[in-house]
Amino acid sequence: MIRYILNKFIFMFLSLFVLVTATFALMNAVPGSPLQSEKATTEQIQKNMEAYYGLDKPLIQQYGLYLKKLAQFDLGISMKKRFQSVNKMISQSFGYSLRLGIVSIITSVLAGCVLGIIAAMYHRKFLDNLAMVIAVIGLAIPSMVMAPLLQYLFSVKLRMFPVTGLKEPLAYVLPTIALSSVSIAFIARLIRATMIEVLHADFIKTAKAKGLGGHLIVWRHALRNSMLPVVTYLGYLAANVITGSVIIEQIFAIPGMGKFFVQCVIDRDYPLIMGTTIFYAVLLIATRFLADIAYVLVDPRIRISAGKVGG
Amino acid sequence: MKTILDVQDLSVSFDVYGGVVQAVRGVSFSVKEGEAVAIVGESGSGKSVTAQTIMRLIATPPGKINRGSIVFDGQDLLSLSEKEMQKVRGNKIGMIFQDPMTSLNPTMTVGKQIMEGLMKHQRLSRSAAKKRAIELLSMVGIPHAESRISQYPHHFSGGMRQRVVIAIALACNPALLIADEPTTALDVTIQAQILRLMKDLQQQTKTSIILITHDLGIVADMCDRVIVMYAGQIVETGTKREIFRNPQHPYTKGLLNSLPRLDQAKDEPLVPIYGTPPDLIKPPQGCGFCSRCDEAMRICETDVPEMTAISDTQTVRCWLQHVRARPTEMDSGKGASA
Repeated sequence: MIRYILNKFIFMFLSLFVLVTATFALMNAVPGSPLQSEKATTEQIQKNMEAYYGLDKPLIQQYGLYLKKLAQFDLGISMKKRFQSVNKMISQSFGYSLRLGIVSIITSVLAGCVLGIIAAMYHRKFLDNLAMVIAVIGLAIPSMVMAPLLQYLFSVKLRMFPVTGLKEPLAYVLPTIALSSVSIAFIARLIRATMIEVLHADFIKTAKAKGLGGHLIVWRHALRNSMLPVVTYLGYLAANVITGSVIIEQIFAIPGMGKFFVQCVIDRDYPLIMGTTIFYAVLLIATRFLADIAYVLVDPRIRISAGKVGG
Repeated sequence: MKTILDVQDLSVSFDVYGGVVQAVRGVSFSVKEGEAVAIVGESGSGKSVTAQTIMRLIATPPGKINRGSIVFDGQDLLSLSEKEMQKVRGNKIGMIFQDPMTSLNPTMTVGKQIMEGLMKHQRLSRSAAKKRAIELLSMVGIPHAESRISQYPHHFSGGMRQRVVIAIALACNPALLIADEPTTALDVTIQAQILRLMKDLQQQTKTSIILITHDLGIVADMCDRVIVMYAGQIVETGTKREIFRNPQHPYTKGLLNSLPRLDQAKDEPLVPIYGTPPDLIKPPQGCGFCSRCDEAMRICETDVPEMTAISDTQTVRCWLQHVRARPTEMDSGKGASA
């Protein structure tokens, strides 16, 4: 187990290094510069600014300097918002995205599981069809349509929830629904499919022959055996959701991280591009790692041996 | 001895895509206290469906119990509600399934799987149930039961898993144990061990056993009485000795002929039963076996024979043994023309 984790860490570090290098190269390959603007500036000003940000040095030296600062967990200073460090920008906005993200993950898993279990238990009956219709609606309506619809109906017309912001607990409701509708639907379908299969397994018959009731069988015997695909999906979902959704954060005016992902590329804000990319990558790698560990907790047949998760 | 299980005229059908399969067609038999009864027959003869109907484990729909009664220990199981049935399953009737590789929950320790039934039916506390589970595991011959109890099924070999399944089935001292092909998925040496274990346990606990199998060798080893099923009906019943020494139904004879014998010459080929069982979506009008039977007569195609008693213990469903077909009757000029 410890060797597995150590190995995993080395690989995580290596992939992060590759990612940093690739991002740095791609970013500099894109035409344009963070210092270009509509304002006419003299050549001297341009040169001074380049010198200030270290852009006058050869690329390889810039890369070396960046790595050195990165090793000290310093992501640099934004080129657009002057005197704002990238570290600070991320830490200020990440809190909002994280909180909304966690609420949304919990909602996705709970609602997805409940819908999926109901669908599987009443396979081919009315409740199954109802749950799957809800799931298809969730999958089919994109969040940029869902979010304004929710706002219009529940905030403007019914005045049940605030339109925007995240100031009070009630304000979380609408963005959470908009953010998790797709993953609720996805998890519901995933659980339904595996559980229908599991409910036909021989060990379910053994459980019935023991005299256990239907609900106990689903809870104790079927659910855990149906969770594995969901755990796989969770790793991906978590990284995606807690870094914030550009669309949802825009629509609900949430000062989260989502907006940086698009804006920094348009601005060619080099340190911010690097910072957000690395931050996202670290989260993604970390959640995948946690998902690997969670496999072992869910299914005792998966044992961790050095270097890989093996069956 | 007291009769523990009495099945009368049981008929079960399944709605499938192509129509309605008449899986079990009027089966009647009984099991006495402490007795081991074998139900033999090939795949699709209705033996497993009969067993699962006794446990009320068939899914309805597509399954449907059309007629009959199953009286166990004085109560008709078919009239019980699902809740009441849950108190019978695993408590008064235990069941062992065919494939030990898939009949245990892979994500639960074997101890918990044994304890579940104990805690539900006997209301044992967690620690008492655990103690009993350890006892059961050592009873079914698993060494180091105290430590193995917290292991998962994948830590056990096939034979060991079947021992665990037996421990689960016997946990609450059931009056009846239904073993549905308990050794089919195991290799021959392990088969012998499991059968020996079941036999020993039966002698210890005085449990009645219904053993479902298509392996006559197992029957000879284990059982007192044999029920031969074919195409959803019982075609012959008798004591072990009667069935092996004096089979009456052409199907039973065919089954025995298709077995290799130790006293047989090496180059003598085995005699198979040619043909296939009838399609039970359209059950045959007459005897189910007549299309494969060498001795079939005209009446076999049109009329189902009744059960005819050969002795106090042996009955057979065949026109050849029918009262009207017996030589004595024939001599007096009554029968044979039918």
